[in-house]
Amino acid sequence: MNLLDRVANLGRAAIELVTGFGSAGLMLWGAIARKPRAKGFPLFVKQLYVVGVQSMVLIFVSGLFIGMVLALQGYNILVGFGTEESLGPMVALSLLRELGPVVTALLFAGRAGSALTAEIGLMKSTEQLSSLEMMAIDPLRQIIAPRFWAGVVSLPLLALIFTAVGIYGGHIVGVEWKGIDSGSFWSILQASVEWRQDIVNCLIKSLVFAVVVTWIALYRGYQVIPNPEGISKATTQTVVQSSLAVLALDFLLTALMFGR
Amino acid sequence: MDHQVLAEPKPLVEIHNLGFSRGEHVIFDDISLSIPRGKVTAIMGPSGIGKTTLLKLMGGQLTPDIGHVLFDGVDVHKCRREELFTLRKRMSMLFQSGALFTDMNVFDNVAFALREHSGLPEEIIKRIVLMKLEAVGLRGTANMMPNELSGGMQRRAALARAIALEPEMVMYDEPFAGQDPISMGVLVKLIRELSAALQLTSVVISHDVQEVLSIADYVYVMADKRVIAQGTPAELKASDMAQLKQFIGGEPDGPVPFHFPAEDYQKELIG
Repeated sequence: MNLLDRVANLGRAAIELVTGFGSAGLMLWGAIARKPRAKGFPLFVKQLYVVGVQSMVLIFVSGLFIGMVLALQGYNILVGFGTEESLGPMVALSLLRELGPVVTALLFAGRAGSALTAEIGLMKSTEQLSSLEMMAIDPLRQIIAPRFWAGVVSLPLLALIFTAVGIYGGHIVGVEWKGIDSGSFWSILQASVEWRQDIVNCLIKSLVFAVVVTWIALYRGYQVIPNPEGISKATTQTVVQSSLAVLALDFLLTALMFGR
Repeated sequence: MDHQVLAEPKPLVEIHNLGFSRGEHVIFDDISLSIPRGKVTAIMGPSGIGKTTLLKLMGGQLTPDIGHVLFDGVDVHKCRREELFTLRKRMSMLFQSGALFTDMNVFDNVAFALREHSGLPEEIIKRIVLMKLEAVGLRGTANMMPNELSGGMQRRAALARAIALEPEMVMYDEPFAGQDPISMGVLVKLIRELSAALQLTSVVISHDVQEVLSIADYVYVMADKRVIAQGTPAELKASDMAQLKQFIGGEPDGPVPFHFPAEDYQKELIG
């Protein structure tokens, strides 16, 4: 391959990347930049159940175990310095600032994101999206918009649940098992966690991850090549791209929020 | 003769000099045809010739490279989205797969477009849906999910949905593909009877020659990116055009060769 071919390939890849961003942007704009309809609310509630409520068991169990592991590892380190009383804030701040939003978003991409891509991809391959078009119903409003809003609302709430359950898991290990005083666990935790710095930033991170993960999942489904191989590829792309985007954005947001 | 021509109502759909390609691959090259009102018009041709693409061009789901598609005099591809949606309320399409919404039962599938567009109270919608389901013989399946129906029944349920808003035109995309003889007979009967009873303009895309010729008033035959023959079923059967005779007779070899072009057979085997 000569130099000219390499430059041409690089240019082609850049054009495809920009076209992809433009196309994904137009899809999202077409879905959400319209006046909400009363008929859309039941669709949103249904998706809230599918995307949010049905992810709760995974989030709950993962949060509990990650909190417990975090507390056990933290205790073993802190006890060496005689500062095991600080286990509460260590668990809470780790979960609120990083693990809560990030792990929830990664789990959400694997559980709900892949399901959204596969569902919309199958709707496309069975011509359900085309049939909506032919019935003079906009698939962006009917299919994409309720799923997008459900994802955006669900993920921050799931991250809060994950964090709360994780802190409780830390309490089980630290207080119930290792015998740290319950009063000092909660009081030091309460004194260390700040509303603006920790909880609001946790919600901001979750909201950004929610938009990105749901957007990628919906776009990959909407643009799928309608055959089994295409759906399989799109589902994988959703999980891989969402995960990478979450991790990259997490660094960026952490630098902005805590980099001073 | 002139009086007869003048008395003919204007066709509902007119396609003028249409050209369409996907990348380098040309699908249609200068196609012109018209779909008369209230008649069953069939468009036949071998698999992969682009018949479904033609329906999507007529419905405004695809845009041609050149040429025009006029629906009742309105250029489908020059409409704004809202205008296109207004046109689509006057047309309907029966997809090859049925394309029923898999998360709704049969009743809700048929009621879907009515609930979106008609503004009618639920009680009236219920009666309309039951009447449409009765017309296709599936009133008893109203509470069943699409995956509980056979392929033929799914297509009939989709037909009930297609006529729910009482469109002026219904486009049928390969309605007989993959059907057993009984289902095929039922679909032939339904298309013919519904077209007559509702005075529908019907466009049937198919390569099932005998079924299509039995219900069509006028037939276009496509091959090689263009229309190669047209006429009434009797005219086509009487034609001595070699390509047409091969298609209607289902002969494996002829102007459309059995073998895909390849290197010399002996040379490739022996070297």
